[in-house]
Amino acid sequence: MAMLTVKDLNVYYGVIHAIKDVSFEVEQGEVIALLGANGAGKTTILHTITGLLTPKSGSIEFEGTDLVKTPAHKIVSLGMAHVPEGRRVFSQLSVYENLKLGAYTRKDKNEIEESLRTVYKRFPRLEERKNQIAGTLSGGEQQMLAMGRALMSHPKIILLDEPSMGLSPLLVSEIFDIIRVISESGTTVLLVEQNAKKSLEIADRAYVLETGSIALSGKASDMMNDPKVKSAYLGE
Amino acid sequence: MELVKYLINGISLGSIYAIIALGYTMVYGIAKMLNFAHGDIIMVGCYVVFICMSNLGIGAIPSIILSVVICIALGMTIEKIAYKPLRKATSLAVLITAIGVSYFLQNSALLVFGANTKSFTNVVTLPSLTLAGGELIISGTTIVTVVCCIVIMLALTLFIKKTKAGQAMLAVSEDKDAAQLMGINVNGTISLTFAIGSGLAAIAGVLFCSAYPTLTPFIGSMPGIKAFTAAVFGGIGSIPGALIGGILLGIIEILGKAYISTQLSDAIAFAVLIIVLLVKPSGMLGENIREKV
Repeated sequence: MAMLTVKDLNVYYGVIHAIKDVSFEVEQGEVIALLGANGAGKTTILHTITGLLTPKSGSIEFEGTDLVKTPAHKIVSLGMAHVPEGRRVFSQLSVYENLKLGAYTRKDKNEIEESLRTVYKRFPRLEERKNQIAGTLSGGEQQMLAMGRALMSHPKIILLDEPSMGLSPLLVSEIFDIIRVISESGTTVLLVEQNAKKSLEIADRAYVLETGSIALSGKASDMMNDPKVKSAYLGE
Repeated sequence: MELVKYLINGISLGSIYAIIALGYTMVYGIAKMLNFAHGDIIMVGCYVVFICMSNLGIGAIPSIILSVVICIALGMTIEKIAYKPLRKATSLAVLITAIGVSYFLQNSALLVFGANTKSFTNVVTLPSLTLAGGELIISGTTIVTVVCCIVIMLALTLFIKKTKAGQAMLAVSEDKDAAQLMGINVNGTISLTFAIGSGLAAIAGVLFCSAYPTLTPFIGSMPGIKAFTAAVFGGIGSIPGALIGGILLGIIEILGKAYISTQLSDAIAFAVLIIVLLVKPSGMLGENIREKV
């Protein structure tokens, strides 16, 4: 059985039918890319998975737990971390305090320390700036902090919402390299992106969303050569 | 020497405002609402102490502890019944509800305790301090009030900086959704904030009634409004702002009474508020609202 199964999901914003019968699966260890244009519903799906939005119908199952019935604040301790769009770091708190909040649900001090060391090793910039107030970091550093904060919960799966948004090409490459490393260390990745090219390079499989429904799905390598995908999303 | 005396009185009164203002400012910071029933919690706290001491013959300290416990329970109950169902409602609906809760508490107290003014017994038995060869007398109540205020401020600052629950409060006050993604229980955190604010209101009430010992069901509303003013004055949402706003308001009020006019002292205090808000709308230590990129 898949690690995360989303089935026949329907989400409304008032009267607007934002997500229409969306179904997809994420297997353990995979990197799944959820692609699509602005407003296609990618962020809405992630918010529904982690309980910030409630679906009208459909089911979301994570390792046998029904996430629709689980309150948002209980989901992280099941092993699911969500890096929200626009980073959403706690801008008044220091880098270190942000990271500590990432481990909010964990009890074992030694394990938390170990995660902190791992995060600092992966993002040396965060260690250099650990006492700096998060709001004063650059966009790329804030993205690293948001990812580091999510990793502090020691997740089995990490949901990344537009991690490359607003970053310079050099930083985009750096962020994608980090996602690859996170995946190689055994964490499953569900990646929402507008940068289809970069995403398909690191993904195993991909789903393409168009105005709230899944228009295409398949292996990332096949999609990269699909003429339809090429013309619509890869700009070729 | 007169001036020093007035300043000390002002700091003492201001300390009480500051403790009450903490309740307004913390609740605003976290739940983004103005809890206008906060002042009436003070009144309930005072009545609990009064009944315990005068009718039941319980000692001062246990009476205060009981009063704090009852106010905490009351604050959390109000939050759960009246405010929690309105979490997604407009801020105007919440504001009107808060005013409604305030009237409800005042009139319930009128029903239960009657309209007669009760004479509150000072809980402070500390002797006065005589300084400068008898020219300056600082009452025990003043000393206890100022010390209480300092201890509460330090304890609260440490709590927020050093504990997990305190950090969760900061996280919720900045971004509720992101806080939930960290596994923080937002409703629990809001409830804790109401508990702390209401417990502090009980302490402030006892100190207030010890200094001004007439107890009526409406006693909470004026210090409540003034403490709210102090919170806005210092910058709503900011804990040091509540302290500075409270102390300054106390000093302005006492100096206004002493040098200008007893009747006009409240008008002067509120006029200062208006001027501060005209010059700096976010209050003295208020955050400038920044656009998030």
